[in-house]
Amino acid sequence: MDFLRPTTWADALAAKAEQPDALPIAGGTDVMVEINFDLHRPPALLDLNPIKELATYDTAEAPVLSRGDDPPHPPVKSGWLRIGASVPYTRLINELGDALPGLAQASRTVGSPQIRNRGSVGGNLGAASPAGDSHPPLLAGNAVIEVESAARGVRMIPATEFYLGVKRNALEPDELIRAFWTAPATGAQYFSKIGTRNAMVIAVCSFAIALHPEERRVGTGVGSAAPTPRRATAAEEFLSNELDWDGRTPFSVSAAQRFGELVKEAASPIDDVRGTADYRKHALSVMARRTLTWAWNDYRANKIAGREAS
Amino acid sequence: MRVNLTVNGAKETVDDVWEGESLLYMLRERMGLPGSKNACEQGECGSCTVYLDGVPACSCLVAAGQVEGREVVTVEGLAKGSSGVDEQLDPVQEAFVEAGAVQCGFCTPGLIVQSHDLIERVPDPSDAEIREALAGNLCRCTGYEKILDAVRLAASRKAEAAAR
Ligand SMILES: Cc1cc2nc3c(=O)[nH]c(=O)nc-3n(C[C@H](O)[C@H](O)[C@H](O)COP(=O)(O)OP(=O)(O)OC[C@H]3O[C@@H](n4cnc5c(N)ncnc54)[C@H](O)[C@@H]3O)c2cc1C
Ligand code: FES
Ligand code: FES
Repeated sequence: MDFLRPTTWADALAAKAEQPDALPIAGGTDVMVEINFDLHRPPALLDLNPIKELATYDTAEAPVLSRGDDPPHPPVKSGWLRIGASVPYTRLINELGDALPGLAQASRTVGSPQIRNRGSVGGNLGAASPAGDSHPPLLAGNAVIEVESAARGVRMIPATEFYLGVKRNALEPDELIRAFWTAPATGAQYFSKIGTRNAMVIAVCSFAIALHPEERRVGTGVGSAAPTPRRATAAEEFLSNELDWDGRTPFSVSAAQRFGELVKEAASPIDDVRGTADYRKHALSVMARRTLTWAWNDYRANKIAGREAS
Repeated sequence: MRVNLTVNGAKETVDDVWEGESLLYMLRERMGLPGSKNACEQGECGSCTVYLDGVPACSCLVAAGQVEGREVVTVEGLAKGSSGVDEQLDPVQEAFVEAGAVQCGFCTPGLIVQSHDLIERVPDPSDAEIREALAGNLCRCTGYEKILDAVRLAASRKAEAAAR
């Protein structure tokens, strides 16, 4: 086995181009389990820890320009956050909880403190497990994934197009994930997850909601209830029209019921060791109604993540 | 491959490290530091917790090559002085002994590092904060109550020492 330690992003892309079967390792919380148990023996490990910019984030001035980006990349607007692939969950919770409350809540449920100190969204995206906890809030928040290769430059992939199948994502063999982009929350965001205990739990199923008041739109993400994380698009459309964005009046019980039903219909879960398909569907409709209630109560009180909304 | 790192304050060079091996394996099998325990090798138990650049991590999930040029502190590095001569245990270690928080002791090194970090960050942790901080450390013997006692005791001792 080789151990590659590029120290710059350009060198990392060059290394991945030269050796596409080298396995990137960031926090190692997925990769090392596989190696320790001999489930996977990659010809090389490509250590991303030395590349400091992957562990930083900033408020992006303007979208990155892409070479050969066809069709044109999706709208990434000035003022969005660009968060390096390797920023660990602990820092997302401590430093970005106000800007990205949904992702911070999801991050808080990942593994244990030690896992959150090392594990990253880049690694969650790389692993592309349908149960990965960062995926529902990324979907609900319209995140865009920035990937890059030495040969073709940057590609901006919307989260909705990033997950292709169970543990399969849209990365080409010579590409690495540089960052994900998402707007700081303009409305309430919530994440909810079903598991057998409060720590160290892979989601039985999970759900994220984000209100986008300026667009009068609701975003959703459904986790661990289909081959890939996915949005509940019909539920989003129904609710976006149903809610009284200007008057901020309470929604009707039947609207909440219908929203729960539509979220449930968006899922195509299986029976497995963690839960049955029926249970997952039921739990999703309950989580959808609950998170909607929390989010809409916040919106009515003009709050985001417990603060006054601006 | 060769790995250069700082362990418990001393610069070390380790040769013949396998590229896929964990920091835990390197510490235990190549560096004579068996304090960090191997109980699951999958991040579930926390027995292998060490500081990596000041942040607690499961050493079983860090590739040895990833610590090149970095700083590791293991449970062996928390006491002051040298073993059997003028050794002064860290207050967290003393508290674990006094509170009876150690039975078979397999979970203890990881719990001590993790508790040490908690008290550094949160000098007066609530019970909820202690439980949250230790959620990734499993103990099959004690039932955890005495571990919670030990953390509370260590926190109050450190606060006393700081006030003096
Ligand atoms: C005990 C335990 C509990 C866990 N609990 C949870 C949980 O509750 N929820 C959850 O979602 N996950 C959980 N996980 C899984 C894991 O922690 C997460 O998936 C985490 O986000 C992985 O991040 P990492 O940086 O450690 O990834 P790594 O293990 O370093 O990498 C994971 C994958 O992503 C690829 N990769 C990493 N970075 C890049 C990049 N920049 N570009 C391209 N590919 C890349 C790697 O090649 C690999 O395929 C748990 C794991 C353990 C061991
Ligand atoms: S041995 Fe590392 S967490 Fe169990
Ligand atoms: S004392 Fe035996 S595992 Fe904790």
